[in-house]
Amino acid sequence: MQLDEFFVTGEPLIYAGMVSIVLVTAAIIFVLTYFKRWGWLWREWLTTVDHKKIGIMYILSALAMLFRGGMDALMMRVQLAFPGMDFLGSQHYNEIFTTHGTVMIIFMAMPFLIGLMNVIVPLQIGARDVAFPALNALSFWSFLFGAMLFNISFVIGGSPDAGWTSYTPLAGAAMSPGPGQNFYLMGLQLSGIGTLATGINFMVTIIKMRAPGMKMFQMPIFTWSTLVTAFIIVFAFPILTVALALMTIDRVFGSQFFTLTGEGLPMMWANLFWMWGHPEVYIVILPAFGIFSEVIATFARKQLFGYKAMVWSMILIAGLSFLVWVHHFFTMGAGAFVNSVFSVSTMLIAVPTGVKIFNWLATLYKSKIQFTVANLWALAFIPSFVIGGVTGVMLGMAAADYQFHNSYFLVAHFHYVLIAGTVFACFAGLVYWYPKMFGHKLNEKLGKISFWFFLIGFHVCFFPQYFVGLDGMPRRVFTIIPEWMPLNVISTVGAFGMGLGFAIFVYNIYYSYRYSEREKSGDSWDGRTLEWATPTPVPFYNFATVPHVNSHDAFIEMKETGETTFDEEKVEPIHMPSNTGQPIIMMGIAFIASFGIVFEWMWMAIAGLIGVIVMMGVRSFDYDDGFHVEVDEIKRTERKARRL
Amino acid sequence: MLPLSLVLLLSGCSQLTVLNPKGPVAESQKDLIMYSIWFMLVIVVVVFVLFAYIVIKYRDRPGRGNKDYNPHLHGNTMIEIIWTVIPIIIVAALSVPTVQTLFDLEKPPESSTDKEPLVIHATSADWKWFFSYPEQNIETVNYLHIPTDRPIEFKLASADSMAALWIPALGGQKYNMAGMQNTLFLQADEQGVYDGRNANFTGEGFAAQTFEVYAESGEEFSNWVKQAQNAPELTQDQYNKLLKPGLTDKRTFSSTHLQWVNHGTLAGMDYAIKRHEEAYEKELHLKSEDIEIDATDEE
Repeated sequence: MQLDEFFVTGEPLIYAGMVSIVLVTAAIIFVLTYFKRWGWLWREWLTTVDHKKIGIMYILSALAMLFRGGMDALMMRVQLAFPGMDFLGSQHYNEIFTTHGTVMIIFMAMPFLIGLMNVIVPLQIGARDVAFPALNALSFWSFLFGAMLFNISFVIGGSPDAGWTSYTPLAGAAMSPGPGQNFYLMGLQLSGIGTLATGINFMVTIIKMRAPGMKMFQMPIFTWSTLVTAFIIVFAFPILTVALALMTIDRVFGSQFFTLTGEGLPMMWANLFWMWGHPEVYIVILPAFGIFSEVIATFARKQLFGYKAMVWSMILIAGLSFLVWVHHFFTMGAGAFVNSVFSVSTMLIAVPTGVKIFNWLATLYKSKIQFTVANLWALAFIPSFVIGGVTGVMLGMAAADYQFHNSYFLVAHFHYVLIAGTVFACFAGLVYWYPKMFGHKLNEKLGKISFWFFLIGFHVCFFPQYFVGLDGMPRRVFTIIPEWMPLNVISTVGAFGMGLGFAIFVYNIYYSYRYSEREKSGDSWDGRTLEWATPTPVPFYNFATVPHVNSHDAFIEMKETGETTFDEEKVEPIHMPSNTGQPIIMMGIAFIASFGIVFEWMWMAIAGLIGVIVMMGVRSFDYDDGFHVEVDEIKRTERKARRL
Repeated sequence: MLPLSLVLLLSGCSQLTVLNPKGPVAESQKDLIMYSIWFMLVIVVVVFVLFAYIVIKYRDRPGRGNKDYNPHLHGNTMIEIIWTVIPIIIVAALSVPTVQTLFDLEKPPESSTDKEPLVIHATSADWKWFFSYPEQNIETVNYLHIPTDRPIEFKLASADSMAALWIPALGGQKYNMAGMQNTLFLQADEQGVYDGRNANFTGEGFAAQTFEVYAESGEEFSNWVKQAQNAPELTQDQYNKLLKPGLTDKRTFSSTHLQWVNHGTLAGMDYAIKRHEEAYEKELHLKSEDIEIDATDEE
């Protein structure tokens, strides 16, 4: 193999990317070495099994991915602003929209939410960690190595270019030769292992490890949304795993599952992909609903309205999410009857979703609304998401969908629900739980500036796309005709507004780290749920004494009765898991194996797979079952944290 | 957002292709879309008004005290049932015309049931369109002539990747797939030139895979057919060359490729792949201006 087949050549933008990767890596290595931080990094972060630290690593990685996906988006918007624009060629544009979609869904939205779940869910249910802490670390490293594998494709080997949906036969070996598509398959496969494990982990954690007394219908709503999401993950991800594996075998070993040759069924990919892909969009929206519910209830200073209806509507949405996948290809010619069934079931999702919207409004009714930054994101979600929701119903009307399908109307709709739903929730959740994670709040003034830039930019960017779609502009074209220019120019301006909003958000992280007042108590917002009952920073064992829960909004009751999570009388030694380097090592080896498969270097793939199996053996014979934190140490830690 | 949307709706919609239909199929879809838009606007207005009212009224302003503040208000079965039932009614109201239209679209438009549909095989190949008229025994590449006021029965297939035939002014799209044939009925009621394209991403030349539809009177159409029948015949050799991934100009032939392959059958599914597999590896290096040149290139 020639060097220029290994590295991507010929694109100035990509050369710039290579240079920046080298510079950033060198800078990180230099800083770590200069400040002698390698040992600290290994002990405190790379080998940690603490759910809070794992959550923070998830969120940081997701923010980096949001930056990458956002840069892709801005490049696309520049190319589409004017007809005859020559910023990106067709091939380069195709690669960029493919990586934009994949990165945003798989490596940004999902990990961001899983990060928040990791930090908060054990705290909300009064647990000291997740059910399987080492597996949790393994999940994170599988995600990170999967994401890295996918991300290096743009400098090594070439990016995938068949869209995030990766439809066969286009994505098959015949029409998309080279390693690009393999990066997609292996990147998703590797990170998918971790996602599935996370689903199982949270399912068990929430069902088995709740504080004494906490009934299912007393769990905080974010925990409920996590539980429902965990179920969707466990049922949906195996479909993706199998589909990816089949396509990998097609491409690497020459089988004919999805090919045009042999007995291949290319359309089967679309079915398998969306049987996972549709539930996937609920994997990224239900936790968002949970976050909004928490934030709105807290800053409305009121109990969530219709708690049970909120829970049941999430369960209903989760169930329906598996029954509507055909609405992604009404145009496949399945016939009027099939389309009718899927059309009606799709529109039915609007019913539980509508119930949720009205319940949020009712939560705000007769409340005292505080316009904190976290709450601004949550409030802005309601009207924005309604626009996305009603256009979703329009898309669900199959006969009309023949005109909407593959057009910018669709693009506008899914950005309206995914950004106003998931991305706003990521911001709301991060700002809301930030003091719990880092011991200080984010600056509210900068937060508001970034919020308004992002919100207005978002509407300016995506609202015109409904209309340009109705004017016949299809998605995924790299160049436009003059008739579509005015709306596209507006759209591009909006995209840069969002970019600016994000930049201010990131600056706010730095600014607040430097100048924000440190939190004195653990209860930064006068919260309602158990995570606020812990001191800030949260001790690694979370709760010195686990409270007994009798009601919904457990912390409200604790505040009324004067209960605390540090009852000196009741402190007992706490059993905690030991840190372990096995997860990162095992996933590092899996990364090498996957890289081998991407380039079809079987010696490397086989060596890597053997390494993974060896690591599984090492884990099986690992008899370290953790350690006990002694009473004295707990008392010392708690007194310091609580400034007693 | 709301005033903006109303302004855009009232002023701009008449020019938007999909909402300015030129045939009965696009007309029925437009009617369905407009019907749903009214429902959706009502929902949006109701939610926005409620939202604005609540957020302004119940904001935590100085000196409000505990007036109108009820932290224990957390449920009301009656009202929750009401806002569950109303969406169900709306979904039902949207479902009925949707299902009706779906079944209507499977047949030729009602306005012209007295006429036999004109059968055209529309075959997508990377990155061009072949239109075969089996009855007239002609084939065109990258352009289409159709008579007005007569249903066109498109037989959709693809030689390679999955595409979608979309002529927004005449009606919605359906997929072109290899190894499977789809039927799409469209009809033009007004004469004119309409833009058609592949709407489903097929790789590098996707954006350039467009064509023009010349809708003309029956007489003009017959004249054009006669003219086209004088064009040279399509040989299999020539067809194979045209199939090769890449862009191509408009062409006219006095025979169709259907005599040796129908890509919409299992037998024809691998025809293009078998002949051109290595050609997919070559990049086109397509730039924006290449496409404009192609589009202005008249027949």
